[in-house]
Amino acid sequence: MKRLALAVLFLAACGTTSSAGASSPTALSGTVDVFAAASLTDSFKALGAAFQRQHAGVAVQFNFAGTPTLVTQIEQGAKADVFASADMTNMEKLKGEGFTSGSPQVFAHNALEIVVAPGNPNGITSLADLAKPGVIYISEAPTVPAGKYSLQALAKAGVQVTPRSLETDVKSVISKIELGEADAGIVYATDVKAAGSKVQGVPIPDRYNVVATYPLVEVRGAANPNAAMAFIAYALSPAGQSTLASFGFQGA
Amino acid sequence: MRRERAPLWIAVLATIGAAFFILPLVGLVVRTPWGDALGSLTSPDTLNALKLSLIASLSSTAVALVLGVPLAWVYARVEFPGRAVLRALTTLPMVLPPVVGGIALLLAFGRRGLLGSLLDSAFGITLPFTSAGVVFAETFVAMPFLVLTVEAGLRSMDRRYEDAARTLGAHRWTVFTRVTLPMIGPSLAAGAVLCWARALGEFGATITFAGNFPGVTQTMPLAVYLLLETNPEGSFILSVILLLVSLVVLVGLRRRWLWSV
Amino acid sequence: MAVVGVTLDAAVRLSLGALELDISLGVGDGEVVALLGPNGAGKTTLLRALAGLVPIETGHVRLDGEVLEDTTTGRYVPPEKRSIGFVFQDYLLFPHLNVLENVAFGLRSRGSARAEAERAALRWLARVELAERARSKPSELSGGERQRVALARALAADPRVLLLDEPLSALDATTRASVRRDLKSHLSSFRGVRLMVTHDPLEAAILADRLVVMENGKHVQTGTPVEVTERPRSRYVADLVGVNLLRGEADHGSVRTPDGMTVAAAGAVSGEVFAVIHPRAVSLYRSRPDGSPRNTWRGRANGVELYGDRARVRIEGRVPIIAEVTPAALADLKLGEGAEVWLSFKATDVGVYPA
Repeated sequence: MKRLALAVLFLAACGTTSSAGASSPTALSGTVDVFAAASLTDSFKALGAAFQRQHAGVAVQFNFAGTPTLVTQIEQGAKADVFASADMTNMEKLKGEGFTSGSPQVFAHNALEIVVAPGNPNGITSLADLAKPGVIYISEAPTVPAGKYSLQALAKAGVQVTPRSLETDVKSVISKIELGEADAGIVYATDVKAAGSKVQGVPIPDRYNVVATYPLVEVRGAANPNAAMAFIAYALSPAGQSTLASFGFQGA
Repeated sequence: MRRERAPLWIAVLATIGAAFFILPLVGLVVRTPWGDALGSLTSPDTLNALKLSLIASLSSTAVALVLGVPLAWVYARVEFPGRAVLRALTTLPMVLPPVVGGIALLLAFGRRGLLGSLLDSAFGITLPFTSAGVVFAETFVAMPFLVLTVEAGLRSMDRRYEDAARTLGAHRWTVFTRVTLPMIGPSLAAGAVLCWARALGEFGATITFAGNFPGVTQTMPLAVYLLLETNPEGSFILSVILLLVSLVVLVGLRRRWLWSV
Repeated sequence: MAVVGVTLDAAVRLSLGALELDISLGVGDGEVVALLGPNGAGKTTLLRALAGLVPIETGHVRLDGEVLEDTTTGRYVPPEKRSIGFVFQDYLLFPHLNVLENVAFGLRSRGSARAEAERAALRWLARVELAERARSKPSELSGGERQRVALARALAADPRVLLLDEPLSALDATTRASVRRDLKSHLSSFRGVRLMVTHDPLEAAILADRLVVMENGKHVQTGTPVEVTERPRSRYVADLVGVNLLRGEADHGSVRTPDGMTVAAAGAVSGEVFAVIHPRAVSLYRSRPDGSPRNTWRGRANGVELYGDRARVRIEGRVPIIAEVTPAALADLKLGEGAEVWLSFKATDVGVYPA
């Protein structure tokens, strides 16, 4: 099964390369500004590096932040070529306001996971354990996709717990777990993977889990539409997809 | 005082300087949906944030006065090795990015911090995610303003007044309370106001160290930031409220204290 | 130096900046002593040292036998416990307190209740005739009024010593005279040690019983105002008083200065002496005069100053001499800058006394 998959990937890669060859590397130059959700930080940096290797002459510049923050920035006129959101709602909002060009495309999914300190000192094994007395649980603010999904997952599991703090993005939650200020939080599986040995993940059963859908789109009025489209295509390509998978994302 | 007319180049630059400050504020006031203002103003989250901001900033200023005035006194009056280094270190929060300040506070007073772990294990006291933590964070970033201003006042004061008081039989504490403090009154007030203003507007260190939760640690700046993402007009209203409160205090103190520094 | 019946006895040696202070001082019961000297002589520093505001490196301060400071034993009584009243040169009235509160400050600092202290302060203000200004702020008072408040403030604290640093120097000439009169009467009614600093010999002469002259941190001369002015022992006092002063070796009727010049002086027998010649005693001539005066020489006029109905001419010659003549005489002589002139004074007009 694996060998078949590899063969398919290989053929697809050839196909992609030839189609990339058809669209002539000399058409791409300059910089492409990618506004991406904070949870895409490490994976997109890798994506960008690979993309630059494929298209010498293009420099990818990233702006990572909580998705709502990026939306506000784009609404206020910040220069962006590509927008990668951590949920459909924010993407729909931006599209409804007319800031997008073309249709958004889903490029990844991300499941939620409970994050705790290495060694799981508080013995968290389920969502219900987050409500244990003495456990400091923090969350992202409800306006951040991860925060919204956390609330949905907790509701599904019927767990009542009040977070001690509403952070502005997943990275802040992870930092506070790493520093030992908080005992538990709910972040994406990719974030847990990215933090490596500094944190530990506790899986959430599928029936409670809320899977985030990540769409990306070209921003209307992009300064470099060609490079924008190429980047989006790359993210959707098998090469891009495998990079994303290596960071813990589920496929498009 | 003779009326002095500004040379043209000064007038031009000064106008640009003033515009730099005024235009953003005007923009804020103009774009605020005043119709919804009352609703926003009376929402529990807003009232909570406003109350917390005022209480925390005033508390921070009080702490800064109690700790900062003696510190300023030591800097101005006592010679000891390493004084310059110590003074530089305690002024650092003024130049540190506030978030960095917040992280430093976590490392010192957080649950696993140098002192924080001691507080936790010995007394069960933790500062992060508490209102006290907000006061800590605000004091950390705002106190240097008070220390610097008061130190300058002490240095520029004619110390012979203290000599005079001593020859009249006043002990050092009496000299301090009946002569020194009243004579540096303007500096003291200016320092306190600067400190309070900085504490009121503090964001980065607060959210990093104390966190963000309505009613407990969500101060006005934090509320504004979060509201910006879902309800920008609401955030404008909160911003203007913050602006008005600050303006009232600054203007109110203007004549008596600030300009005589 | 030992003074009989001393109530304040101090020996102070300290360095402050460029000043090296090294002086012993005694103030007796019932006398007003004035420290006289040029700027930088260390007068104010000495006063501050006596009050305990400046640390002494070597020496002691004793008041009525009680040791306030002694570097050999390490004893040091802080200023607030010394009972020393200080009137500062620029008064230093607390600007944030009104006149009454200023005067009451000493009493309140020592524990008196506010009402009681202010009652006593009001009595003191009445004594300096400023009771009606009790509620004014110091900035609203004139210089003379502030001086009186400063004095009242120091006296109200009931000190055993009263130190005054140039009490009249900040006042204009007209105010000075009347304030001086008042000060004299207040000083005489004060029962305690009284020590003042001044650079005005007239002030010293009127207010003090004894003068101590200081220069460069050292003691130069002490005596009554008459003694000091008639027999100056330093250029500073001589200039202040306005007399010619020479110093040299006496040898049976003449004094030889270190430059080798001789001046005939009756009564100059032997030893190191000072010789003083009043400018009035010096006569000026266009040509060599005949006559008995033994001190006659030619010199050059090097500066003329008019003082009302007198003119003072400085003559460079064998020894620099200042002569005092009338403006009319000056006109007759047709003296211009650098003009040659003969001067003459009698040996009997030279006052000689041991150095």
